[in-house]
Amino acid sequence: MTTQASSASQTSDERVLHVLEFPGGYTRSTGPVIGRFLTGLRSGRIYGVRTPDGKVLIPPTEYDPVTAAALGAADEDWVEVGPAGTVTSWTWVDEPRGDHPLDRPFAWALIRPDGADTALLHVVDSGSKAAMATGMRVHATWRAERTGSVKDIAAFAPGEGPAEVPVLAGEAELEPVSVVTLPHRLEYRLRGGTVWNHFIDGMAVGQIRGTRCAACGKVYVPPRGACPADGLPATEWVDLPDTGVLTTFAVNNVPAAGAPEVPFISGYVLLDGADIAMLVLVSDVPWQDVRIGMRVRAVWVPEAERTRSVKNLKWFAPSGEPDVPYERFEEYV
Amino acid sequence: MRDVAVVGFAQSEHSFSDLGWTEADLVMPVVNEVLETTGLKRSEIGFTCSGSNDYLVGTPFSFVAALDTIGAWPPIAESHVEQDAAWALYEAWVRIQHGDIDTALVYGFGKGTVGDHVGISSLGYDPYYLAPLVPGHVAMAGLQARALKDAGFDVDPDPTAPPATDGAAAVILAAGDVARRVRARPAWITGIDHRIEPHSVGARDLTRSDSARQAAERAGVGSGSGAVDFAELHTRFDHEEVLLRRELGLDEKTVVNASGGPRKADPIMATGLIRIGEAAARIHDGSAGRTVAHATAGPCLQHNLVCVLDSEGQD
Ligand SMILES: [Zn+2]
Repeated sequence: MTTQASSASQTSDERVLHVLEFPGGYTRSTGPVIGRFLTGLRSGRIYGVRTPDGKVLIPPTEYDPVTAAALGAADEDWVEVGPAGTVTSWTWVDEPRGDHPLDRPFAWALIRPDGADTALLHVVDSGSKAAMATGMRVHATWRAERTGSVKDIAAFAPGEGPAEVPVLAGEAELEPVSVVTLPHRLEYRLRGGTVWNHFIDGMAVGQIRGTRCAACGKVYVPPRGACPADGLPATEWVDLPDTGVLTTFAVNNVPAAGAPEVPFISGYVLLDGADIAMLVLVSDVPWQDVRIGMRVRAVWVPEAERTRSVKNLKWFAPSGEPDVPYERFEEYV
Repeated sequence: MRDVAVVGFAQSEHSFSDLGWTEADLVMPVVNEVLETTGLKRSEIGFTCSGSNDYLVGTPFSFVAALDTIGAWPPIAESHVEQDAAWALYEAWVRIQHGDIDTALVYGFGKGTVGDHVGISSLGYDPYYLAPLVPGHVAMAGLQARALKDAGFDVDPDPTAPPATDGAAAVILAAGDVARRVRARPAWITGIDHRIEPHSVGARDLTRSDSARQAAERAGVGSGSGAVDFAELHTRFDHEEVLLRRELGLDEKTVVNASGGPRKADPIMATGLIRIGEAAARIHDGSAGRTVAHATAGPCLQHNLVCVLDSEGQD
């Protein structure tokens, strides 16, 4: 998993709200089989795919789950099913989430459309739990704005129909569906824990704090609870100076949250007295002049503006001292 | 096949609220404890494998932070599964079967208390047909519970999930003479297998679990020398025990989840490994001769692992 964008803010109970979000969502190719099914939904029709032994699978899969035979290559392997069907199992939702298909209580249901041998997961808009029963008949209701998504079916409703499909303007000119986009947003509520809290307390007063391993003596910053060399707790606190050497860097031409401008420089700084390099921003220097071995010093926000945040440390800037020969820090690169 | 045994097991004091533990905070105590109980040093471990899930905390490569606790530098032989650590144990068991190493450390950890489980589980489903609807694990379990209820089983059709849990567990596997040296009564793995079913829940008969039955047959649950005294089943929902008892061929005499099971503590990604550890512990302490452990993954018991443990090795 990679993080495209994340943000954090303080909540009232001292936990930090951490949001993991991919703006615009993940896009994925559908391949021909799933694409054909979703293209069908866009036109208000439900298609199943036939297996060599004559079963009709809904939703269609690219391979037969039993024999692994490839499915859906020929037009005659496709069969329109539904729009009415039978509920084969269901479960009730009293409190829908904001990202659920319906904003009122509903049932999740497995629905076997007429003509199919397997069932589709979707929602049934029955109004009440008492109105739900296994074996009940339902039919698809369709959104007017359809994009080639499983959500083009607004919901299933009790009864046989009618299965009216609102006209989708300009549908004849549309290309078959080949890509889907899945929004991605998760919220977390985190506590920093003792190690992080002590580190951030230091940041609040412009002090960088690390931890030392009792066994090997190595100093880690940002602090970590365990020494990777020994697998033992590294819990002795060390106040570190805010000066060090740039061990490597990158010139970034894509804007990023917190970065001063474009291009900006990210780099690893080995603080004096530390045994691990720390990822930081480098600024106050033309990007052409940045070099490995450059001596740097932290630039802090003014004391009056400091908060309990790593953002107090704005970036590192050249200190003006002579460069450090590579041999002196190669162990840490 | 080499005789391989579970020779050590440790689990955390699981928490139902976020105590601000890092991955290292969670894992280090159980790793230290399992090493102490076997008397093995970190340097004597031939292979390390862990199970975790980045979505639980919303951090990429969260397993890397836990590696600090095992002394990963200089580089060691190490692997990771984005899956319950029961599957990490399976990988470690296969690794020992290669014959060139005799020991493996397996651990799993999960912080279940900080995230949105319905959102997280939904992202684990396919992105075309299921994830856009955000059904989540509880609704999926509800579909299976209702199917069992309709089929005449005495189950609650509206299941509730176990409380969110933070925790970790660690197991040490050892082969042959090493196992006998470090543990008076090793829990020999006489059979282990895992099988998976179609992803689409609507393509399955939810009143059955073919994959659990196949894994149990291949692991030899029914073919062993004696009765199964204890079974530890990865049942996050009550109705799953009804189904699994039948598919694993367990009769009334088998005590299921004497530990309390996942309903009491569900540190996701360690929950399945804990089943193996608890089943082994009953052999270690002499209270059982033969036990079965089960782990599951995916919606409605899609993927099932069965491990048979015995106080006697096969040779
Ligand atoms: Zn150390």
